[in-house]
Amino acid sequence: MSEQSQLVEYALRLGDDALVLAQRLGEWVARAPELEEDVAMANVALDLLGQARALLTYAGEVEGAGRDEDALAYWRDDRDFRNALLVEAPGGDFAVTTARQLVFAAYQYELYERLRSSADQTLAAIAGKAVKEVHYHRDHATQWVLRLGDGTEESHRRMRAGLDTVWPYVDELFDADDLTAALSAGTAPIAVDPAELRDPWQAYVGAVLAEAGLEPPDDVPARRGGRQGLHTEHLGHLLAELQHLHRSHPGATW
Amino acid sequence: MSAEWPLWEVFVRARRGLSHVHVGSLHAPDAEMALRNARDVYTRRNEGVSIWVVPSERITASSPEEKDAFFDPAADKVYRHPTFYEVPAEVKHL
Repeated sequence: MSEQSQLVEYALRLGDDALVLAQRLGEWVARAPELEEDVAMANVALDLLGQARALLTYAGEVEGAGRDEDALAYWRDDRDFRNALLVEAPGGDFAVTTARQLVFAAYQYELYERLRSSADQTLAAIAGKAVKEVHYHRDHATQWVLRLGDGTEESHRRMRAGLDTVWPYVDELFDADDLTAALSAGTAPIAVDPAELRDPWQAYVGAVLAEAGLEPPDDVPARRGGRQGLHTEHLGHLLAELQHLHRSHPGATW
Repeated sequence: MSAEWPLWEVFVRARRGLSHVHVGSLHAPDAEMALRNARDVYTRRNEGVSIWVVPSERITASSPEEKDAFFDPAADKVYRHPTFYEVPAEVKHL
């Protein structure tokens, strides 16, 4: 794989994570437990959508095959998506969504924090803007994990169930492979080695869970495959909804 | 759930040097979340640099029935307004 196609692939991984999670969070609009949370989740979703747009646009530019953000978002099938399985899993109840937000925002925060010093100027700039947004996403999820974990018996039970639901998808976030190895090697790396994010992520999430009176689930079998395009059935359904309008009316605008 | 979440009044300072201005209210389980909800609901279009949240129940308001006794006596005390001074034209920001 040339360095150019490696960069395209890497930008797609980051961009697809953001795009798919934005779509999942958007499902909460008008269904959140409170109007205020409704707006909060829409804000987080829109932040992620903005990141996805910048990253997919850049992937298309580097690829140089004339594909823009819309072509990449709306005209790829699930096998061509490179997001981690975590973000495509169904939202579940508010506790499942909160658990995923904590896991993912804490991961994304460590990632962008390091990607700011990428040798690739565009990725560095996108990360520099996104890290502030993600800092808030992480804080918002933290506040809810603390309240649900340390709340009533029922909220504690649900928060634990939420963690159990998302935990099988955690390991995949930190998987290094040939691509990340190649792009994160040398003195001026383009990418961040996902494996090096695990410890700081663990430190943050572990402290939040401890304060909330929750234990991280142990001994869960890890599920992976998203980075290779091997997705769960859930992504197909999500994409059907995401892509339907654009595919029915190509080039539609308003 | 709304019935259980208390109401908060939100005050936003738009810029440094201005006062906090009441912008509305919202429901939140506690002060920390109220601050975050206020950020999400009232400052998402770059409206502020500082937010206060105050429990609505802690605000004591004048009542409409007291309006006459409260405010009418001030209306005819023209001498309370500094309208009898000649303001020199050079003084701009009085």
